[in-house]
Amino acid sequence: MKSEEIIKPENMVYQPTHLLNETQMHYCPGCSHGVVHKLIGEVIEEMGLENDTIGIAPVGCGVFIYRYLDIDWQEAAHGRAPALATAVKRLNPKKMVFTYQGDGDLAAIGTAETIHACNRGENIAIVFINNAIYGMTGGQMAPTTLPGMKSATCPDGRDVEVTGAPLKISDMVALLDGTCYVTRQSVHTTPGVKRAKKAIRKAFENSMANKGTSLVEIVSTCSSGWKMTPDQANKWMEENMFPYFPLGDIKDR
Amino acid sequence: MAKFKGMVVVNTERCKGCNLCVVACPTHVLALQKREVNDKGYHYAYMETPDDCIGCASCGFVCPDGCITVYKVKTQE
Repeated sequence: MKSEEIIKPENMVYQPTHLLNETQMHYCPGCSHGVVHKLIGEVIEEMGLENDTIGIAPVGCGVFIYRYLDIDWQEAAHGRAPALATAVKRLNPKKMVFTYQGDGDLAAIGTAETIHACNRGENIAIVFINNAIYGMTGGQMAPTTLPGMKSATCPDGRDVEVTGAPLKISDMVALLDGTCYVTRQSVHTTPGVKRAKKAIRKAFENSMANKGTSLVEIVSTCSSGWKMTPDQANKWMEENMFPYFPLGDIKDR
Repeated sequence: MAKFKGMVVVNTERCKGCNLCVVACPTHVLALQKREVNDKGYHYAYMETPDDCIGCASCGFVCPDGCITVYKVKTQE
């Protein structure tokens, strides 16, 4: 069978979402951000919310998400995305509002905003990319850096005695009454990508149904920051990140 | 048993040669170009053994840059 006979529109089984525009993403090869951008676009497209979604872009590597996904965006100051999302959702209750944040944004400078937005039960969805490092600024230690993990600012590995243990933000916000759905997923394998997509869809549906705050944590890789190839980084994540950040639903009500 | 034949189309200019699709492919169809590069200098992915493709789209799901489109046809009932 010739390739021209197969490559026809009616035979297509997979294509990137049309919300992902032609702009080349600035991410390093193999970065999990790209997969999550694609999933968000797919979910919005499937739910038919292209004109009713307002995303809040973070500060960090994910800052340029507003250049890649063709929906409405607001750019927040560092860590303040949940506060801005609160305002946007309260002023536009019929819109789907979500934030897209990394661990340096959500779990470090924005910890207060995150916890208070979750505690108030704002009807927003939070997509949290946890790669255990500050990727954009050059691989410094983040609150989520694993014990003993090497980074630019802890070249001998993170010392728990000095800097504390990694912050489990998802487990923390799951204890609050305001959250309705807290889950931890990954996007390193095909089944993982499908589960993460379902989780994002559920979070977005909760936002539309005004059920409370949903937080989807995506345990991700930062191959440049970890100084590995993308597939090595995926293996390292499975071996080291998953024991500390186990995958699965933490809260669902 | 139904048999499927797939075809992967890679947007070579968008591809960054991260190798994740090569690892994800269950039938080892994909590979990175050994010598050829795109305008950005990346060794992009291509179908090394196109006959083995079953059109499962695993490569498309894991691709971080959205450069893969997958086609699939049934070849026999």
